[in-house]
Amino acid sequence: MNDVVLELQGIDKSFFEVKVLKGVNFKVKKGKVLSLIGENGAGKSTLMNIIGGIFPPTAGTMKMEDKPYSPKGPGDAMEAGIAFIHQELNLFPNLSIADNMFITNFPTIAKVPLIKKSVIKEKTKELLKSIELDISPDTLVEKLSPGERQLVEICKALSTDPKIIIFDEPTTSLTNRETERLFEIINNLREQGKAIIYISHILNDVMNISDEIVVLRDGQVTDSGAKEEFTIDRMISSMVGRDINQLYPERMSKPQEESALVVKGVSQSGIVKDINFELKKGEVLGIFGLMGSGRSELARIIYGLDPYEKGEIMINGNKIDKTSPMTSIKNGVAFVTEDRKNEGLLLETSIFENMSLAAMPSYTKPPFKFLKWNDMFNAVDKIAKTLRLKSGDIKKYAPKSLSGGNQQKVVIGKWLMAEPSILIVDEPTRGIDVGAKYEVYSVINELAAEGKGILMISSELEELMGTCDRILVMSQGEIVGEFKTSEFNNQSILRVAFRQGA
Amino acid sequence: MANQKNKLIITLMENMPIVLFVTIFIIFGILSPSFFSYKNMENIATSASYIGITAVGMTFVLLTAGIDLSVGATMYLSAAVAGLLIQNYHFPVWLALFIGVCVGAVMGMINSFVIIKLKILPFITTLSTMVAGRGVALLMTKSQSIMLPESVMKIGYARVLGIPLPIIFFAIIVLASHILLKRTPLGRQIYAVGNDIEAAKKAGINTTKVLAIVYIICGVLAAIGGIISVAQMGIVNAGFGESSEFDAISASILGGTSMFGGLGAVFPGTVIGTVLIQMIQAGLVYLKVDLYIQPMISAGIIFIAVLLDSIRTTQITKLQRRNIRNENL
Repeated sequence: MNDVVLELQGIDKSFFEVKVLKGVNFKVKKGKVLSLIGENGAGKSTLMNIIGGIFPPTAGTMKMEDKPYSPKGPGDAMEAGIAFIHQELNLFPNLSIADNMFITNFPTIAKVPLIKKSVIKEKTKELLKSIELDISPDTLVEKLSPGERQLVEICKALSTDPKIIIFDEPTTSLTNRETERLFEIINNLREQGKAIIYISHILNDVMNISDEIVVLRDGQVTDSGAKEEFTIDRMISSMVGRDINQLYPERMSKPQEESALVVKGVSQSGIVKDINFELKKGEVLGIFGLMGSGRSELARIIYGLDPYEKGEIMINGNKIDKTSPMTSIKNGVAFVTEDRKNEGLLLETSIFENMSLAAMPSYTKPPFKFLKWNDMFNAVDKIAKTLRLKSGDIKKYAPKSLSGGNQQKVVIGKWLMAEPSILIVDEPTRGIDVGAKYEVYSVINELAAEGKGILMISSELEELMGTCDRILVMSQGEIVGEFKTSEFNNQSILRVAFRQGA
Repeated sequence: MANQKNKLIITLMENMPIVLFVTIFIIFGILSPSFFSYKNMENIATSASYIGITAVGMTFVLLTAGIDLSVGATMYLSAAVAGLLIQNYHFPVWLALFIGVCVGAVMGMINSFVIIKLKILPFITTLSTMVAGRGVALLMTKSQSIMLPESVMKIGYARVLGIPLPIIFFAIIVLASHILLKRTPLGRQIYAVGNDIEAAKKAGINTTKVLAIVYIICGVLAAIGGIISVAQMGIVNAGFGESSEFDAISASILGGTSMFGGLGAVFPGTVIGTVLIQMIQAGLVYLKVDLYIQPMISAGIIFIAVLLDSIRTTQITKLQRRNIRNENL
């Protein structure tokens, strides 16, 4: 009895003169969880998009249950029994949960195209119950939290009773409890005989949930096998192609005496209370806290995007009376936000233009302030090379054609062009693979060695412990703890973040 | 305390059309109570019907984050074709009117094709069809007026159960459109496409079909609106329908439809918007406001509606954002 549900043979795919998948062979079995891991840009999303019918392969064949499978669109994939839960949610916030569930297959009254409202309400209620989500089916999706939306998305995929379910980074917006619930759901699905493809950067989760693991690197399958044969180290080295002894580069400098940023008594009702800290030149200062602790909000206030009622901010010794992004940039502050797609990049404009944005005023010629294009291009090109940015012609291609890690490099590159003395980075390695993370940490190290002050906000404690000189802990808008390198300890820091005493 | 204030603002913003309607109602009521006679109100409703019908069609298009600037030209072209068929070619009235409505459908199909297949922005596309459509109509009529026979004018002043026919047509179209938008799969998909067309495509919705249908509906309703209007006037003039597209867009937006797509309703929304605009224009005349100031006031109110549309989205998101510290603000 062949329990192979989906088989891919020799899949190739090229985009814009770049080959992103080479000869991929892949087998998905009933009742098993197959985890697909690899760096961003390795081709995971591309491979899933081919399976999901979003575009066809350039070469190779696919077979579902031994019959040829070549979907012409996502509709075909759905009909074939493939449910694809994307990383970016495809829900419509202006419609109710029930409407979202049945948006392409509403049950209607006989020949008249009128929706049977009671039917969809009932069915939606059942589906929501099956994943223990206690919300009315008539609730508009815009009123749900990101975690709830992800669960609704999963519900929607399950409503089509699929044979194969693809989860693409499903836990990014979930709380711990919600993640546990997700794993329970996956276990149930496994027992029901469904095949599951699970994509994630969180290697611990992958070790937990998989039966089989497949590793992609540069568009090729470099390693595969049963979960039991794998260790985290083996996963990492197969993904990256070299032995990563260290995830974090060596710090080569120490903080200086001079201060870069001083924040005194800053408060804003409902957001932050009495924030006091000092960032020295050449220091990497981490800010850790649980989701919703006010870290990003604090960064926005310091950078000047949001106002504050009380307190004082001093940049490089200058007291800033009225904070604003323009003032911050003039004073040498750069802000790499956590939402690069919406706040850090012009997705449709060329990479070159993106990277020249912040520094443009310094590349103008008096008296009419015409741009010095060549100088600007040379500077951008140099920085792109330093960051090892992987892309096509930067004048022709836009960030939307890049992987997450490379997109992040574009944002960082934009700020480096402005030659800042203080860099605020918020979740700098979110959605980035192991190799690119190392490069981002190296860049941060080099900047610190040059005497810049770095404020690093992250929810990955490991990453902060591996790169920072000091870590501040925030909770509910206040700073509740400070740890020096010698004091770095998972348990203690977490306890403070959870306000469970030192 | 503050939460209650926030909730109030959110409710106000979400029900903007009704709030606006009540406000203007009260203002006019104070300035001139006799304005609200039944006869007056009926006149307003009757003359508003043709814009209302066109505005309903426009609502469909706006819901998909599109726009149709050609409705005024469609109104004229459809009425002109119907009128010419009756006057010069002695077509039976019902057939001529039917062909007139088909003209509206054809305009809609041309718009759909250019927008969807040639991928030209709705604004530019419909701007072109507006100019082209009016040009074709003027060519056909040689800029002459077309007199309409008594049988057509009957549509304008006939009554059913004491209610003028135009109002009845408006009501039927509003009812049918409301049901379509709220209770049919196509309707829900229209809201989905307007919210996020890429997500709609990924979800397997046939966005081509949805977009084509909304532009055709808009064309057909514009034709019907045009015919009902000329029926009331008894004549098709060369300048008929000029700038009606703005009345239709304003009525829809004042009724709560967002130009960004995915938000809005035909009932009560567009209905309130239509009546509101007509009421304001009629009211200004009734109050003998200076003729030259009238358009500015109308324009001012429409400007406020569009402004509120923009503010609404930002405000609602901001106010619904959870505060990190539960302090008394």
